[in-house]
Amino acid sequence: MKTLGLIVNPVAGMGGAVALKGTDGLEILERAEQLGATPKAHARAGQALAGLLTSYDSFELLTFSGDMGESSAIACEVEPQVIGSGSTPRTTPEDTVEAARQMAERGVDLLLFAGGDGTARDICGAIGTFVTTLGIPAGVKIHSAVFASSPAAAGRVAASFLSGAIARVKEAEVMDIDEEEYRRQVLSARLFGYLKIPDARRLLQGPKAGSAVHDRAIQAAIAQGIFERMTDDRLYIVGPGTTLQPLMDLLGLDNSLLGVDIVRAGEQIAKDVSEREILEKIADTACTLVLTPVGGQGFVVGRGNQQISPAVIRKVGKQNIIIAATPEKLTTLRGRPLLIDTGDVETDACLCGYYRVVTGYRDSAVYRVSD
Amino acid sequence: MEIRKGSRLRNFHQAKWDEEVIFELNTPGERGIHIPEVEKEISDVVGDGLSKIPVAMRRAAPPGLPEVGQMRVLKHFLRLSQQNLGADLNIDIGQGTCTIKYNPKINEKIAASQKARAIHPHQDVSTVQGALRVMHEMDLYLREISGMDRFSLQPSSGSHAILTMASIMHKYHESRGQAETRDELITTMFSHPSDAAAAAVKGYKIITIYPDEQGFPDLEALKAAVSERTAGLFITNPEDIGIFNPKIAEFTRVVHEAGGICGYDQANANGILGITRAREADFDLCFFNLHKTFAAPHGCGGPGGGALGATQELADYLPVPLVGLDGDRYFLDYDVPHTIGKVRSFWGPFPVILKSYAWILSMGAEGLKEAAHVAVLNNNYLLKKIREIDGATSPYTGGKHRIEQVRYSWEKLYEETGVDTHDVTLRLADFGFHLWQSHHPFVVPQPFTIEPTESYSKEELDEYLDGLRHVVREARTEPETVKRAPHNSVVHRIDDSTLDDPGKWAVTWRAFLKKHGEAAAKIRD
Repeated sequence: MKTLGLIVNPVAGMGGAVALKGTDGLEILERAEQLGATPKAHARAGQALAGLLTSYDSFELLTFSGDMGESSAIACEVEPQVIGSGSTPRTTPEDTVEAARQMAERGVDLLLFAGGDGTARDICGAIGTFVTTLGIPAGVKIHSAVFASSPAAAGRVAASFLSGAIARVKEAEVMDIDEEEYRRQVLSARLFGYLKIPDARRLLQGPKAGSAVHDRAIQAAIAQGIFERMTDDRLYIVGPGTTLQPLMDLLGLDNSLLGVDIVRAGEQIAKDVSEREILEKIADTACTLVLTPVGGQGFVVGRGNQQISPAVIRKVGKQNIIIAATPEKLTTLRGRPLLIDTGDVETDACLCGYYRVVTGYRDSAVYRVSD
Repeated sequence: MEIRKGSRLRNFHQAKWDEEVIFELNTPGERGIHIPEVEKEISDVVGDGLSKIPVAMRRAAPPGLPEVGQMRVLKHFLRLSQQNLGADLNIDIGQGTCTIKYNPKINEKIAASQKARAIHPHQDVSTVQGALRVMHEMDLYLREISGMDRFSLQPSSGSHAILTMASIMHKYHESRGQAETRDELITTMFSHPSDAAAAAVKGYKIITIYPDEQGFPDLEALKAAVSERTAGLFITNPEDIGIFNPKIAEFTRVVHEAGGICGYDQANANGILGITRAREADFDLCFFNLHKTFAAPHGCGGPGGGALGATQELADYLPVPLVGLDGDRYFLDYDVPHTIGKVRSFWGPFPVILKSYAWILSMGAEGLKEAAHVAVLNNNYLLKKIREIDGATSPYTGGKHRIEQVRYSWEKLYEETGVDTHDVTLRLADFGFHLWQSHHPFVVPQPFTIEPTESYSKEELDEYLDGLRHVVREARTEPETVKRAPHNSVVHRIDDSTLDDPGKWAVTWRAFLKKHGEAAAKIRD
């Protein structure tokens, strides 16, 4: 029998309804409560479980006591196995981490968690890509790509995964923004890592459509396409994102998945560099910037790669920017442009326009970038 | 299964025979026919029939074909035929982009007649003047329909015609010393995927123009895409979502100004016959799918016909032979100065050409135009009715009329019920309807493409609509019935997760045994 782990962050989402833009930290939580916020995550976890149970019910449920999951399960008439409990009177991020670790150790087939970006970060920090997970959207901030589109959708995807109808997994980005900054109207998103989630993309291929190719194969093709254009006399600044991982693999180099690396002639000049280090390295040499959109909104610059600053971009030059993206990533934008937000209006304006986006081997798209 | 009172839906239960693959019927020693011994007069001339074949061309061992008696073979294929749901059985409007229209049976008879069947391309042309006349006149009709200056009937499918266009384009640039530098082919996301694929086979790098938020190909993106590396533009119009590109003349102008060639994929010509032509949109090359627009059957992968037209300048590059008329004598014309050579054996798929020729004659110019009008009318009737179904939407253009087909979306239904386009497709099979799934890439979420053509009556369109409505109602009341469908079909749900895994796919029996030998044997046991 399959085992399902469930972790509910009971306070997730409470800051949203009272316009606090998040619920990270005890002080904010108390302010939220004073403003009359009530817990939401428990109900949303219940909706996901109910959705799951309509089509799949032969699993064992592991969870923590009370509002960390047990009560959501009982509300859906599921008898869970309670394997631990959170702090009292309030649960903490450490409880989420502990619960995730225990469930990973017990080898759950899928870990469902209800929360927001903060919860996703905690789980990512605890178990990385060791266990397949899926987020039930219950937080204020949902910038990460690890969440289903709704609690009911989370239940459906979980059912498909546990029943074997979805057999594949993929790595998805865990993003978070700095709430303090956000409250001051500054949006500064960071890429924190990756979680492994069920790949719900439906492979519906008619014979006319040719072969269906998984994202990973396309990323490998993209890597080959960029590799063939690389010359030994240039520095290549390779930005974060899984799309670019196969390029570094092809070069036989270690990749900073979350950071920026610098490469020349097949050698790694520097790894996980800061803005200042980039500027030093590229001071008097020709260079190319290789980027991929990070997160669901299609940001090429300004979310998760702030090292690529206006100063770096001015030095590199617009004509020396290579953008890579799988066709799937472009299609999810539904005609909307790719985005940039460097924080500098002039740089943003200069970067706007059409780019030749590398979408495969000898395959590209001409796509609009906007601010 | 309960069907609403007054509904036009019919219960359908497909025959299921659990039939083996023919290779599994192999019984050594069994024979379909006994071939008589060769008569002495013949063997005196040809010997044993093998020795005169060069050694290098002889097989070392006989091919591993299945040995099966005639009656078993007959039963085998009759059973398989009962497991089919062909265009002559169902209301096949769910096979969008394929233009499934009625293929008049009299045209099958004409193509199967002795006059057509018993001729051979090696005969002297003086003895096949009638066949050459058919091909010559077909060329003239297609010139009239498209505005092009000359047609080759050699390509045997749409993709084959695209590859031929790419070959002509390559040779054209080669003749100007630019074949090396002009190595980029531009297409659009909603053009037929073969426009990119077949050009890539010819060695071109592919640049795709994505649709804007309204679903139209982005003209500004095209302007940013063209350069001195542009070989050309291959584009479908109307595109596979049924939207006609209103800036098509701008597209060809931009590409021509950059020195590129414009090739028109007219796979979706059924709604524009007699309305608009490749010539007026300033294309240099175009092709028609005879097995779609011109009423020859699709025939499950062949034979098809991809009649390819060119302007005067590019007619000099067409494959040889073309068919010419000298006074009252038809001849095979090899005098094509820059020809790319042959793209197929002999002259083209003659039976297909003959069926389409007969169809054009039976319709006449006004009839072709009327077919287009009715196809568009049928499509927009369905558009209105499908948009009224709660859960179905038609992304882009705000509900405005389309040409001959529409790519709809079940996204709303999916969000509300968890029933996706795949589930709906499979449930429709329980009512004898075909809704196929080629909408790649999934730019439109939860897509389904409907193309009613001119052939189907209003009653049939209404029956299909009842099917869609019924399944949507089930999705809201008993979604598991839909999610577990089909219930009455030959096969249930197929695991497609290894479609892109070369270690698993097998398109021949030998490859199947090699990759799945033991596992397959276990399943059979």
